[in-house]
Amino acid sequence: MSKVLTHAEAAEQFIADEPRTDWHNDTLWFVRQKRDKAAHGLPEWEQLREWASQIKNHTLSNLDQYLVEFEKNAIANGITVHWAANGEEHNRIIYDIIQKNKIQKIVKSKSMLTEECGMNEFLHGKGIDIVDTDLGERIVQFRKEPPSHIVLPAIHLKKKDVSDTFHEHLHTEKGNNDPQYLTEAARQHLRKKFVESELAITGVNFAVAETGGFVVCTNEGNADMGTHAAKIHIACMGFEKIIPKAEHLAVFLRLLARSATGQPITTYSSHFQKPREGQEMHLVIVDNGRTKQLGRADFRNSLKCIRCAACFNTCPVYRRSGGHSYHTAVAGPIGSILNPNIDMRANADLPFASTLCGSCSNVCPVKIDIHEQLWKWRQVLVAEGYVDTTKKIGLKGMAFVLAHPAIYRFAGRAGRAVMRLFPFVLNNKLNPWYKQREMPAPPKQSFRDWYIKNIKS
Amino acid sequence: MSAREDILKAITANKPALVELPVIDSAKVIQYNDIVQQFKTVLQSIGGTAIELTDLDALKTELEAKKAAGEVVVNRIAEIGTVDNSIAALTATELAAVEVAYLKATLGVAENGSVWLYESQMGNRLLPFICQHLVIVIDRNSIVTTMHHAYKQVDTAKEGFGVFLAGPSKTADIEQSLVIGAHGARSLIVYIV
Repeated sequence: MSKVLTHAEAAEQFIADEPRTDWHNDTLWFVRQKRDKAAHGLPEWEQLREWASQIKNHTLSNLDQYLVEFEKNAIANGITVHWAANGEEHNRIIYDIIQKNKIQKIVKSKSMLTEECGMNEFLHGKGIDIVDTDLGERIVQFRKEPPSHIVLPAIHLKKKDVSDTFHEHLHTEKGNNDPQYLTEAARQHLRKKFVESELAITGVNFAVAETGGFVVCTNEGNADMGTHAAKIHIACMGFEKIIPKAEHLAVFLRLLARSATGQPITTYSSHFQKPREGQEMHLVIVDNGRTKQLGRADFRNSLKCIRCAACFNTCPVYRRSGGHSYHTAVAGPIGSILNPNIDMRANADLPFASTLCGSCSNVCPVKIDIHEQLWKWRQVLVAEGYVDTTKKIGLKGMAFVLAHPAIYRFAGRAGRAVMRLFPFVLNNKLNPWYKQREMPAPPKQSFRDWYIKNIKS
Repeated sequence: MSAREDILKAITANKPALVELPVIDSAKVIQYNDIVQQFKTVLQSIGGTAIELTDLDALKTELEAKKAAGEVVVNRIAEIGTVDNSIAALTATELAAVEVAYLKATLGVAENGSVWLYESQMGNRLLPFICQHLVIVIDRNSIVTTMHHAYKQVDTAKEGFGVFLAGPSKTADIEQSLVIGAHGARSLIVYIV
């Protein structure tokens, strides 16, 4: 296996193509603007965010009770409930169901949890192939790439890329880049898969404790095409998807699509309550580090996330580095506060992939203090020794200089002189601050010198 | 069962102190002067068609004409013709041939142009998704303002399945270009009677 690049290394490759980087940036900003328009259309938007945040805070504070209540009601509805401590257990449960029923044809709609658990790769290793049915996911699956965005999985690709991929796998016309034509080709290809599927796997957007039912949202209709055709449905959820009552769905469904794409609601908000006649319905409830995150007082409210990706679309770093730079199933600002919990060493770079501008927290529909948690993760990671030593030495040096005014003033004078007399010392590739930017012209005097001369005299 | 016990025990140990649930006051949310007009405007904006009718005669004629022309149609609305009750047992392959499905929905939601369908109104869970074109009828006075109002009327636990359906199936997964007709119905007309 090749070495996983850090966010900064992968981002450097991403931005090498400048026009494409600009296009990626603009495309996601366009989605952010659609979100703004939808949010501003509701005078109660801030009230809705507050309700959503409070419902989720309450749920986390009573989570064990709600899970037990949900399980009891789901079983009464005829749903088989499974519990998985981690990704391996989750994959094993699904594999066992496949084996027991001798299933060969499997369709899957979007589930970031199954990505997090590496389910497709695990099953592929067992000789079982899964057809991803969300259009964007099918595109990246053909290309053997992971999704680069949790709502828009193929947002890093252009029409031509999709056309080339479909030409190779679906034998569409070479060079026909028309999205309508390409989507129609995928529709025909996937209809066959839906109709013959034996097992449909879906994620869960919300699971309702009071009813034992769950809700799955899509625009394409792929979750429904799969689940209502197949004889077995397995839904997979992280345990934080629980909400107390059906009436709370109103709050979350009003926020979710508006935050995600600027739509007033997704095309299909499907409420699964009982298996249909003759169907088997399974639900897998997964921990995979979530109980640990619940125990971290500074970070637990990241579990309120409803996976709308508004924080991705607004993030200046995400927009200009692309989802794959985050090397995890959930990228973007929310991924950067969730993933260090799962593996601190592997994901120590992520909380640094941010300007801490705070835009993520401002658009979050459930009011997660994302940028504050990014800052707090940095401190945890440095204290735990997961941060590379050059960064640590640099920060320690800076702390020393800032704590000693005489040294600070001397260093400032020396720096200004060097920049004036020997600009090549800084304007070269060894200086990370020179990458993608020009160094500013050095001022003749410091603010302190100017202040003493002009104000004090 | 050990994963279950371990997870629940860890949650009990790690959860924060209990905080209260908020009271959701639907008096605090948006109001529209004309909720029928609002429903129509939003539905059009998401790719659907909304038409007001005084009676169902035109729809009855349309259904008869389609049947006479040999089109594969499924009707679930008693007011416009014979109800196809035998579709529950149809396979996906059989349902894939359905050109148009006529369904009656419980209510419409003005803020987002969606309608609520119970499984019993679909006749078969797959029907509203797999049919090529979808025609839905709602009562004019069943339109509510927001989702808060909708959930007061809909009992999600009453039947095995239900859906808020808003417009035709769509995707923007190829370079953010909106395409209508991804996997589900290619068109949706909602008749408001």
